[in-house]
Amino acid sequence: MTDTPLLKVRDISKFYGARIGCQNVSFDLWPGEVLAIVGESGSGKTTLLNCLATRLMPTSGAVEYRMRDGEMRELSRMSEAERRFLMRTDWGFVHQNPADGLRMAVSAGANVGERLMAVGDRHYGKIRETAGDWLRRVEISTDRIDDQPRAFSGGMRQRLQIARNLVTAPRLIFMDEPTGGLDVSVQARLLDLLRGLVQDLGLSAIIVTHDLAVARLLSHRMMVMKDGLVIEQGLTDRVLDDPREAYTQLLVSSILQV
Amino acid sequence: MSTADMSSAELATYNFAYLDEQTKRMIRRAILKAIAIPGYQVPFASREMPMPYGWGTGGVQVTAAILGPQDVLKVIDQGADDTTNAVSIRAFFQKVANVAVTTKTREATIIQTRHRIPEEKLTEGQTLVYQVPIPEPLRFLEPRETETRKMHALEEYGLMHVKLYEDIARNGHIATTYAYPVKVEGRYVMDPSPTPKFDNPKMHMSEALQLFGAGREKRIYAVPPYTEVVSLDFEDHPFEIQSFDKPCALCGAENVYLDEVVLDDKGGRMFVCSDTDHCEDRCAHGHRGHLAYNKEAAE
Repeated sequence: MTDTPLLKVRDISKFYGARIGCQNVSFDLWPGEVLAIVGESGSGKTTLLNCLATRLMPTSGAVEYRMRDGEMRELSRMSEAERRFLMRTDWGFVHQNPADGLRMAVSAGANVGERLMAVGDRHYGKIRETAGDWLRRVEISTDRIDDQPRAFSGGMRQRLQIARNLVTAPRLIFMDEPTGGLDVSVQARLLDLLRGLVQDLGLSAIIVTHDLAVARLLSHRMMVMKDGLVIEQGLTDRVLDDPREAYTQLLVSSILQV
Repeated sequence: MSTADMSSAELATYNFAYLDEQTKRMIRRAILKAIAIPGYQVPFASREMPMPYGWGTGGVQVTAAILGPQDVLKVIDQGADDTTNAVSIRAFFQKVANVAVTTKTREATIIQTRHRIPEEKLTEGQTLVYQVPIPEPLRFLEPRETETRKMHALEEYGLMHVKLYEDIARNGHIATTYAYPVKVEGRYVMDPSPTPKFDNPKMHMSEALQLFGAGREKRIYAVPPYTEVVSLDFEDHPFEIQSFDKPCALCGAENVYLDEVVLDDKGGRMFVCSDTDHCEDRCAHGHRGHLAYNKEAAE
């Protein structure tokens, strides 16, 4: 780890009119670190994530990102062209519903290859080879490379979405409930895969989830949100094993023990 | 030409070239802007024309805006001068502008076309007006117009190659045969209207001015003379035009775009020039294909 954070978040607030989305959120994200944001529905997790990923403009506050050349840039001061370039090269965004993040009408190979073509790759053979390679890494058989995602199962679609995001070797991935809507065995495989990829590639990630098991397995650090505020943050194991806030204690104790 | 000298002779008549002068002025402004930014789609206030959308309302408006009394007009539809669309648009301008018309490519100053570029090389001073159904090359890849405009503005054209990638993945080669996307002057990706890709190389460094009008979609775009027009492709799957096994059955021309004509219900067919003027011209100069009508043999 280096001595400067990858992402510096200072006092981010987002209001929808008089209603609070999230309020005064500050944290640093370090290279290679996985941060989980947990909380119940409507607690402002997704709003916060969208503010960080420039999909929403925060009402106040600043998000700074360390570019590949080491310079810290404030995201809201960047031009739209720069932001969009960042989003398809150095960042990834994994949606809860794979249909939001994939092009359902083009083949799996083209879905993975799109980012490569967007940054200027113009060699069909090489694009296809890279796409095949990434499909293998996310455990999709390469003979499915010409199939459309709509012919894939939910778990496969989610893995394809991950491959599509990782193909340009991003440094930061945002994930919004990556395991939502999948059955438990598929969830387990996906989590296994994600954990492996994050470790191998040294990715930083911010994961929004309401599932504490996901946070426990993937994240180093976690933040607990309630009513738009961060009420507790710390190392994942510390927060889950020794929750201090009453709400966190409630959250941890509501996990079903089978 | 002003309204006054036209209407003095007859009491009630159309304004020269159907459109009123203010509308022509508006369209000319759009055309000038389009020429200034090659390949950029300029919005314009498209008018109702006395023909249905899809019959060339955009092309007709562009032609009406640039037409002068001295112009010689040629109208083609799929290369032919004698098909319904071509005949009716030609008759329309004869009626409302009283201009000279021709079927000869080299005599025309303005050529309105649907889906072809004439085989004969166009020269300086000529203007080719295309009728365009869908001006947006990214339309079927990205349905949101707000998003495609942004993509043009930020030069994000990776998606265009996704389409070509899909072609190769499914068919083993780039199977797009018409409306083949081009990059104009190294900047804007443009849909050359549904012309066969056979004609794409003719757009490159053309001596003639090329104007594109889309009536329903309310867009005008242009390729000025001597402008770079490059068809998109992959390094290992380069752009190539269609080729035909046989020459034209009537005039024996090779390296031209051919239409298939079914002759009977037993599988008989012939391939003839799609550009009828080019074919007739060659026949008049004594070129003969294998199915050409042979006068001496008949006598």
